[in-house]
Amino acid sequence: MKGKFWKIFLGVWLSIVIIVGMSLPMVPSPQSFFEFPIIPGLEEKARIIFFHVPTAWIAVIAFLMAMVNGIQYLRKNDLEYDIRSSSAAGLGLVFCVLATVTGAIWAKFNWGAYWNWDPRQTSIFVLMLIYGAYFALRSAIDIDEKRASLSAVYAIIAFVTVPFLVFIMPRMMTGLHPGSASDDGAGPVVDFSMDTPMYIVFISSLIGFTLLYLWMYELRVRLGKIELHYESLRSHD
Amino acid sequence: MIYIQQTAAVFFKDFKSELRTRYAINALVMFVITTLSIILFSIGGERVSPDVLAGMLWVVIFFSAMSGLSRSFVSEEERGTTMTLQLLTQPAIVYFGKLLFNIVLIFSINTLVVTLYLLLIPLFVVQTTSIFLLTLVLGSFGLACASTIIAAIIAKANSKGTLYPVLSFPILLPLLMTVMNATKLSLDGAPFAEASGEFRVLVSYSVVLIAVSWVLFDYVWKD
Repeated sequence: MKGKFWKIFLGVWLSIVIIVGMSLPMVPSPQSFFEFPIIPGLEEKARIIFFHVPTAWIAVIAFLMAMVNGIQYLRKNDLEYDIRSSSAAGLGLVFCVLATVTGAIWAKFNWGAYWNWDPRQTSIFVLMLIYGAYFALRSAIDIDEKRASLSAVYAIIAFVTVPFLVFIMPRMMTGLHPGSASDDGAGPVVDFSMDTPMYIVFISSLIGFTLLYLWMYELRVRLGKIELHYESLRSHD
Repeated sequence: MIYIQQTAAVFFKDFKSELRTRYAINALVMFVITTLSIILFSIGGERVSPDVLAGMLWVVIFFSAMSGLSRSFVSEEERGTTMTLQLLTQPAIVYFGKLLFNIVLIFSINTLVVTLYLLLIPLFVVQTTSIFLLTLVLGSFGLACASTIIAAIIAKANSKGTLYPVLSFPILLPLLMTVMNATKLSLDGAPFAEASGEFRVLVSYSVVLIAVSWVLFDYVWKD
């Protein structure tokens, strides 16, 4: 993710995704390539899928990366992995909040209330709690190595129990969220009654947001390494 | 065989020191009485639905576990006996000894909570006893599994008391939701087969947590 080309490319890519996702018309039976189908019960509000689902996806991916880097730290005892782990978790928290807020606003207009403990709202809330607890733990330990290993252990424990909530429960339980067990589509969230153009925009948005996340992650890791180096220089004086 | 003996030795060490100081037990019993009386005051003469009562039972159990179960590790750090234990035996043995102690502690506390709850709240009537008892046993077991490893983590951190429920809650949430559901079923008088899904979740939850804790405890325990 270095060099000017990537930054410009990503900016253009995401701008196109946002413009196309917001502006293409939604019609009952799409004929041309520039029309989205109307999904019954969602209508224009279905456009949130281009922005809400990628943020939720990144919130989970970041959690996975925090856990994997945590395991690497425990195996190799290299503080660089701890920087990677905490950078991923920090960004994950941001995207988790974004997913929760966009979801709650959407819920207000589609379900009539910002919050009503739908299984999926419960699961994103728990994910947010875990991120919060992870940082509460980190701030309570002074020694770098101890902080790294304990937070890695916590991330792993959370990761093995949370799939119950994030992946299994929302699909088993009946809920109002598109893609839950009582939804007629019944499949994973992404393939409910989307046609090809909508699907392409959705996937492009997913790719764009993931690249944006990786770019931010890269920056944070570099910053973290500089801080670590600076600390070690200071302690030598 | 030697492993079992050593695990038992760690367990009895904790058990004896608990009997001598009665630190955890005293605090826990008072905590349970306080919480239950607050609930009784707040209910007053109202007719509260069984669903709410089932939830409140687990609220009491969760918070009493959070106030007592961290003792086994925190007291080692406070007394400065961690090093001795590290020198004398392997991490896995310490873990299982402490787990055993926490299981015994939570079982005795839950027996007290449930007895008082059944005696003091007349609206809390269990229809299917088998579901209720099995939920209680599996729920307490899972609670002990999760809180033991979290206790080991927070014993090394600074603000131990407040951190414990904060770290435990997200991990315990799948368990708490399942046991609350199962308790509701037992109050509604559902047949035993209806709660089998809940029991499967509880068993797999405990197994997963014990396996993960066993693997990871080395990294938590060693300084």
